[in-house]
Amino acid sequence: MVSKKYNSLAHIQSDIQKGVISCTELAEYYIGKGKENEHLNAFLEVFSDEAREKASIIDTKIKNGTAGRLAGMFLAIKDNICYTGHKVSGSSKIIENYEAVYTATALQRLLDEDVIVIGRCNCDEFAMGASNENSAFGHVKNAADESKVPGGSSGGSAVAVQADLCLAALGSDTGGSIRQPASFTGTYGMKTTYGRISRNGLLAYASSFDQIGPLAGSVEDAALLVEIMAGKDENDATSSNEVVQEFTADSTKKYKVAYSKEAMESEGLADDVKARYLELIDKLRADGHTVEEQSFPYLDYMVPCYYVLTTAEASSNLSRYSGMLYGTRSSNAHDIESTFKKSRSEGFGEEVKRRIMAGTFVLSADSYDAYYSKAQKVRRVIKEESDKILAEYDFFLSPTTPSTAFEIGGDKSKDPIQMYLADIFTVQAPLAGLPAISVPTKESNGLSIGMHFMAKAFEENKLFNISKIVSNYAF
Amino acid sequence: MIIDDKKVEDLAHLARLEFSDNQKQSIKSDLVRIIEFCDKLNEVNTEGVEPLIYLSDQKNILRQDISKPGLSKLEVLKNAPSADSDYFKVPKVITK
Repeated sequence: MVSKKYNSLAHIQSDIQKGVISCTELAEYYIGKGKENEHLNAFLEVFSDEAREKASIIDTKIKNGTAGRLAGMFLAIKDNICYTGHKVSGSSKIIENYEAVYTATALQRLLDEDVIVIGRCNCDEFAMGASNENSAFGHVKNAADESKVPGGSSGGSAVAVQADLCLAALGSDTGGSIRQPASFTGTYGMKTTYGRISRNGLLAYASSFDQIGPLAGSVEDAALLVEIMAGKDENDATSSNEVVQEFTADSTKKYKVAYSKEAMESEGLADDVKARYLELIDKLRADGHTVEEQSFPYLDYMVPCYYVLTTAEASSNLSRYSGMLYGTRSSNAHDIESTFKKSRSEGFGEEVKRRIMAGTFVLSADSYDAYYSKAQKVRRVIKEESDKILAEYDFFLSPTTPSTAFEIGGDKSKDPIQMYLADIFTVQAPLAGLPAISVPTKESNGLSIGMHFMAKAFEENKLFNISKIVSNYAF
Repeated sequence: MIIDDKKVEDLAHLARLEFSDNQKQSIKSDLVRIIEFCDKLNEVNTEGVEPLIYLSDQKNILRQDISKPGLSKLEVLKNAPSADSDYFKVPKVITK
């Protein structure tokens, strides 16, 4: 019988081997947990019957010694990742009943290793948001304090892991959509190097930023998921040929870490987060790592640069939702143009429309140079300056977020700019195409604080190693 | 850059969106604020900097051009709001 929360697949697999639990029992456990926690609104759909069936198949495989590396892992997926025969809606009304006709490459690789998908998770509509309040199917609650947001846009995925509704989850990260909710829910969340994981089968938001990635309760599980998902995919021309290696922890490594002066001095940084940031710097030093202050004078430009580019890409990517080939077609339209306009206006939520409008603005002929092209140039400056720091240091360290999880329906929810600034420390990595991870540390007033490490391109394993080192610190 | 009602209407048409008068006012004020926020980028000196368009260093990766089946017609039409057995059905496009 399953009587406790598992935080790592290794423990699950060892208990299965000992005969303490089975996949079938785990399936019942997670299905039960899901029912108990329905009010958190983390799942849009739980695949109960299917999970039971697969669990029984995998129990047999384990007995026969033919099970894959992920046997025993129950995974939740964000509602923007295609899984054949299952709905995928981007938490939007406009494709509420869309059923995937192929499986995302990243997910297929996990299924090939016998992962069991337990359900699909609520998120901000088309991954646009930092609080999971923009879903067409209601907001998600943070399991640590139900009056607080779980972060976004992968809020449902983060809460599913936090509340023990699955072992691990997939999210997608464009400006912080995995790392920020990981920080708010005490989980590990990684955004890989751009191109590390195939985007085939991920509903596109901003294609030069988007990456699928893991949220997990342990470094090892996050690393295993990345290792299996990563690598070249012929269906994504931007996926990288770079060799993928297995992660092995090495606690003897000593690193050179730069910490962000601007993050430390930033006005919006909450006291408890700042204190933890300082505490981590002390602990790293005491542990023999070199930690030095570095200035990165572009902090105030990162979120504007990010918004110009992502809204532009979104306005173009979301043109496919037109009521023609799939999704909802308005019944109030009378000709082709009104079909486009009414289907889109009735189907999209407020934030999505706001971003499409902003993107259309920055791409329009008389603003293109001043905004879009300008932002692409600023992006190069940010990338080159980030690369420079990382040529000298192993990591660039900051808090993941300026504060712990904020109130549902609070001030940020009423002001788009304030909400956009929730991503201030996380947008640098996707702007520069670099990998980054949020590592949970001890709670403050019951709410988790995440610390954020960014590394050179394709150094995911180094990020997992520092995360493992930090996970052993007592705060 | 002035964002007036006319500009909002033009952008909405380009984006194939519609807004009620109330929504228009709120979109207008949001856009004004977002654009002001993004004007901050002008403080960064980008003289002589090329726009960054592709994040990957990989170039010209070639593969054999081998044809293979894609999605079946049934799969392609599966999610159509309106279709017959062979085609998507859309509102009339050409009028006399």
